[in-house]
Amino acid sequence: MLDIFSIPLPALFGQLLLGLINGAFYAMLSLGLAVIFGMLNVINFTHGAQYMLGAFAAWLMLTNLSIPFWASLVLAPLIVGLFGVVIERLFLKRIYHLDHLYGFLLTFGMALVIEGLFQWRWGSSGAPYPAPIPGGYNLGFMYMPAYRGFVVLAALVICLATWYGIERTRLGAYLRAATENPTLVRAFGINVPLLITLTYGLGVGLAALAGVLAAPIQQVSALMGSNLVLVVFAVVVIGGMGSIMGSIITGFGLGLIEGFTKVVYPPASNTVIFVVMALVLMVKPAGLFGQTK
Amino acid sequence: MHDLLLKVENLEAWYGESHVLHGVGFEIGRGELVTLLGRNGAGKTTTLRSIMGIVGRRKGSIRFDNQETVGRTSDFIARLGIAYCPEERGIFSSLNVEENLLLPPVVKPGGMGIKEIYGLFPNLEERRRSQGTKLSGGEQQMLAIGRILRTGANLLLLDEPTEGLAPVIVQRIGDIVRQLKQRGFTILLVEQNFHFAATIADRHYVMEDGRVVDMIAAADVAQSIDKLQTYLGV
Amino acid sequence: MKNQRFVVAAGLIVLALIAPMVVYPVFLMTALCFALFACAFNLLLGYAGLMSFGHAMFFGMGGYFFGHVVKAMGLPPEAGLIAGVAGAALLGLVTGALAIRRQGIYFAMITLAFAQMVYFFCVQAPFTHGEDGLQGIPRRALLGGLIPIENDLVLYYVVLAIFLFGFAAIYRFTHSPFGQVLKAIRDNEQRALSLGYEADRYKLLAFVLSAALAGLAGATKAMVLQFATLTDVSAAMSGEVVLMALVGGLGTNTGPVLGAFVIVAMQNYLASFGEFVLVIQGAIFVVIVMAFRKGLVGEIGDWLKARRKAS
Repeated sequence: MLDIFSIPLPALFGQLLLGLINGAFYAMLSLGLAVIFGMLNVINFTHGAQYMLGAFAAWLMLTNLSIPFWASLVLAPLIVGLFGVVIERLFLKRIYHLDHLYGFLLTFGMALVIEGLFQWRWGSSGAPYPAPIPGGYNLGFMYMPAYRGFVVLAALVICLATWYGIERTRLGAYLRAATENPTLVRAFGINVPLLITLTYGLGVGLAALAGVLAAPIQQVSALMGSNLVLVVFAVVVIGGMGSIMGSIITGFGLGLIEGFTKVVYPPASNTVIFVVMALVLMVKPAGLFGQTK
Repeated sequence: MHDLLLKVENLEAWYGESHVLHGVGFEIGRGELVTLLGRNGAGKTTTLRSIMGIVGRRKGSIRFDNQETVGRTSDFIARLGIAYCPEERGIFSSLNVEENLLLPPVVKPGGMGIKEIYGLFPNLEERRRSQGTKLSGGEQQMLAIGRILRTGANLLLLDEPTEGLAPVIVQRIGDIVRQLKQRGFTILLVEQNFHFAATIADRHYVMEDGRVVDMIAAADVAQSIDKLQTYLGV
Repeated sequence: MKNQRFVVAAGLIVLALIAPMVVYPVFLMTALCFALFACAFNLLLGYAGLMSFGHAMFFGMGGYFFGHVVKAMGLPPEAGLIAGVAGAALLGLVTGALAIRRQGIYFAMITLAFAQMVYFFCVQAPFTHGEDGLQGIPRRALLGGLIPIENDLVLYYVVLAIFLFGFAAIYRFTHSPFGQVLKAIRDNEQRALSLGYEADRYKLLAFVLSAALAGLAGATKAMVLQFATLTDVSAAMSGEVVLMALVGGLGTNTGPVLGAFVIVAMQNYLASFGEFVLVIQGAIFVVIVMAFRKGLVGEIGDWLKARRKAS
């Protein structure tokens, strides 16, 4: 009676938890992509590399300076976010007037450079990062490692805080307004170029934060973000980039679907998100939460 | 005109390759209500946008409160105390009415309080939680005017606030603009609707082909009516 | 003017004919395969205004189809080439029909995602042999023994012929009324729609043709190098073909060919640098987008024009 498709429940919940964790990363990353695209009109291909930088920053700080995980959770996004600010000022700023595709190509090139450099220096095999919260809980129907539970909760809090910041605060109102009509917002006395730089820093910091959270779960490696960013693109196409809450729901939802597929038909688990994307394109090309422009 | 607030001299402006203003010059005293009249394409809107610093390229001089603003960015100009109400109103659809109203930051002391603005536009208070672009055209116009009253700016640039509105609403907006003048705001108004402009303005500048060609004081309007009709082609 | 162009074209063909006497034929053949691949990519970008970031799926699958037909099924290379083209065209039909529902940056992301799906499929599917790939694909003689392509020099001329065929096909297509309609759609889709053209069908046909030619390029590469691996279906390969077109000049006819030769030569030359090749490729992307958006052909063209004006 407890079996669905004759799959033992602990296995099902175990995979659903994994799916939820993946979904947490999809949500955090697609959120950042959407916010950046809204303001900069750039699809940030460097997002996966910046996620990797977050994990690497935490790992390097731990191994070289003995800075604990909890401090990295704050420091790594700040450092990587600042790096993003520099990139925006030096490069992205100069191409806003061009077709969106150039931003895509530019950030793709930067991802190659960053990932290539890290691969060259540290190789492509990963380094482990010790779990900051050891142990776990037996929930009766499954065993829940404490850190994984923390990641899901933390991601949820981060996503909701981002949503609140954008949809309910004054700075968020500037951001939404500048996404619609930057010229007018600037003519009201708001320093829009600074706002754009900060937005990019924020989106990049969010990617780095996801990277720090991922470090104890995945191996810290130069290419840890390169495949992830491609899946996140599919997530973004499925959700449409119009809505912050939409990105969050789509991210978590697709993670769950992926986890469920791993139980039901494991060979399809890698591709199921792309299949969903194909279905969404057939039914609602603008994406589940997108508006056709 | 003892106290000069804005002085525009030899102003030229371009949108990309097209040269739109060819040496515009006029001035506005503190507390005055001045209109720019002229046919479509005479350069009225471009003049406002040039003052605000949001055209492609500008040359010449625009002095506000004795400070040169040509060469400055629009956010700098706004913080000097100039506020802009665009022709297309520019209400943000991703913001509700109150967020729209609170969007322009306060740049100087002395702006109106939110209570006072709601007193002027009771409709907006009723609908403060609605999406900005769900309002009727008249309400959107009131929102576009209302939101620039809080900031402490003392020069308001209003671009065709009566365009496309019903006569009753036009009358309301006329009342409000008069009240704003009484409250001490200096106003530069672009209008197609001459009858509206004639009832409220102190002086009129007439534009043609990117230049100011004439100035008519309110007292002289009656005797200049023929001249005006040729200018405006009505 | 037209004469001049004819002389240049004839000169290039003579150069191509004697090149293998001077340059290592396998390098030339690889470069020609990538040149055809880049031209196929550029057809879609230059004439339909659609930038695919997933063209590796057609290139890589073309190679796999060729390898499977020739190695596992033991059929002659002609059958392998046809399978590569047909398979890639079919894949193009399915993915293209979905991808053209969005434009611009979304189109790029969607093609990228589909290519990633194909990549994951290839990692798992039995006939691609996963991480090992298809190795040791036999080189059998073409046309029932008439053309012994075991010989590198003979194979070179076959590959050159395939390239010229592909290049001519693109030229023919883009200079047909069909190509003109496609350009009109690219420049103003609303207007083309109002004139009664079904824009989506034109775009889809361009997509399928581009996919088929990319498949031909991939199959030819598998014939030359005798293997087909995951590298050719990876996102990095999709990026590489964009880089070739970008280096040569996006949307120009000859740019992609030049770009392919430059990048393949660079990879040969820098092979010993390992991971650094990626860094250099990335840096080229950045430099070109920031400073030389017209690519080699565009910049050289501008330079020539400026010189002509000066003299």
